[in-house]
Amino acid sequence: MIAYTLLAGLLFGLYFSLVALGLNLVFGVMRLINLAHGDFLMLGAFLAYGLYSSAGVNPVYAIPAEIVAFVLVGVALYYAVVPRLLSSRDPEMLSFILLFGLSQIIEALAVIAFGNSQRAIPATVFGIRPVSLFGQTFPAAWVVSAVVSAAAILAVYFYLYRSRLGHATRAVMASRDEAASTGINVHRVSAIALGAGLALAAVAGAFSPFMLGSIEPDMGIGITTVSFAVIVIGSLGNPLGTVLGGLVYGLGLMLMETYFPSWADLLPYVLLILILLIRPSGLLGKRVRLA
Amino acid sequence: MPRGGWYSVGVVLLFALLPFVYGNHALLFNMMMYLVLAQGINVLFGFTGYLPFGYVGFFGAGAYGASLAILLVHLPPVPALFVGAAVSVLVALLLAPLLRLSGAYFAIASLAASEVVYYIVSNPHLVSLTQGPYGISLAQVYNSGASYATMVVVLAMALAVVVYLRNSHMGLALQAIREEPISAGFAGINVVRERIRAWLLSAALAGLAGGTYAWHVSVFYPKSVFDLNISVFAIVFTLFGGVATLVGPIMGTLLLYGLYNWIGISQPEYFQLVFGIVIVLLVLFLPNGLVSLLRRVKIHVP
Repeated sequence: MIAYTLLAGLLFGLYFSLVALGLNLVFGVMRLINLAHGDFLMLGAFLAYGLYSSAGVNPVYAIPAEIVAFVLVGVALYYAVVPRLLSSRDPEMLSFILLFGLSQIIEALAVIAFGNSQRAIPATVFGIRPVSLFGQTFPAAWVVSAVVSAAAILAVYFYLYRSRLGHATRAVMASRDEAASTGINVHRVSAIALGAGLALAAVAGAFSPFMLGSIEPDMGIGITTVSFAVIVIGSLGNPLGTVLGGLVYGLGLMLMETYFPSWADLLPYVLLILILLIRPSGLLGKRVRLA
Repeated sequence: MPRGGWYSVGVVLLFALLPFVYGNHALLFNMMMYLVLAQGINVLFGFTGYLPFGYVGFFGAGAYGASLAILLVHLPPVPALFVGAAVSVLVALLLAPLLRLSGAYFAIASLAASEVVYYIVSNPHLVSLTQGPYGISLAQVYNSGASYATMVVVLAMALAVVVYLRNSHMGLALQAIREEPISAGFAGINVVRERIRAWLLSAALAGLAGGTYAWHVSVFYPKSVFDLNISVFAIVFTLFGGVATLVGPIMGTLLLYGLYNWIGISQPEYFQLVFGIVIVLLVLFLPNGLVSLLRRVKIHVP
């Protein structure tokens, strides 16, 4: 029982790392909390559902389409609003409110386009045989989702630490002004980071039917809150700290669901409040930004 | 009469007299409720800069506090409302450490806090106390006339609070803290105490509104009194009109809740779309709300 719970926690932990990773990347680069993060995840889920139901595309093969579509959306969104916001009097609060408005627009458009019914992709697209890991058996969809999440995390690692663009991105994270003064095109780097953040959310969305339950237009705000809890637990503004936050959250969730199921819904909120109050810099605590 | 006093008297009289000539009492009641909540948000966000996404937590705590006082202690409704407000203030006291956070962190932490209150109240393990997810029925004290009149009184209290803040040292002190907390401290303002006072005041208003709402509808579920949309509406109404003024939240509520009533009840998704677009345009082009248009043409805004 305990071995099963811990392994399931690990699988879900990797998945929740992916869910929150984009939010943290965007926060790290732009210092703004993307309140529409969960809504982009929802759109990614609907894209995967649409590809599956119209052409029978397996969610794994939907990933390239998700990435292309959402990088473009992110870059366009950046140039449409962010430069204007950054020059305003109170960029942090105003962008927070603006992104909240965007989240309302996305949710409303999703209801108008897809209706209020719940959608699902059958988990049998990954075969009906469960996968066994260390003597425990799990649904194949869980394992596939965790493997995709791990691959996406590795990709982000190579992007940030092994590429020229990534070096520039980390320079912008450290200091926007100093990065600009060394000749880095801050707007281009940030726009790509926003695109990458939304693409990560969309990829997570493609696997949400197996890990988070059915797809609905109003799932966004809850996912944003959980993602925020995960990145605060790890470390705000440190994208790889998200993995630690995701694992802590995934293990905590599985333990709660096994031993105190009726209180499991409270977990992300209680963890979020406790961490914000006791250790605002997160468990990895690079003191990127204090709340 | 302090500045803004006559406006407040006018608004209160309007809502006291309209039921005699206009039949849609549910609309009038909900509009008053949102006027109270918008002014509560105004007290906190307008005067101190804390944006409470979880404001609905106080509304729900007030609704449940008042209902349980009626059901378990058999208090009459009006004293029970004060119990509800006291429960909200108690929750606010417990959550006061959240004020150490700032900006977006506070906003999200307060959202999380309201979810915690919601999940505790609706937990199936507490059915014997709160009836858990099955909701509350106050059919034995149902009285739509008296609860309407009570909401008029609550509205008068909310407007009085804002008129007081617009004309008093406390209001000035809070705005000084909002702009420059450190300088305000140097000027002899007790920053922590003033912030907590505004926080408790705003929670008490939401608690009174929640209790009166519970009495007025008399049957409700935890999901409906902890609905995040209640926070969202009150926040956007306030921002749309203009914060830290008396008339801003009134204008915002009358216009946007009127719009909601017009298109939002039959087609909520279209209202939500308009609502989202209003928010985006507001931030980009009119960050100080409608009242900044009045100020631009040199009209004094109380």
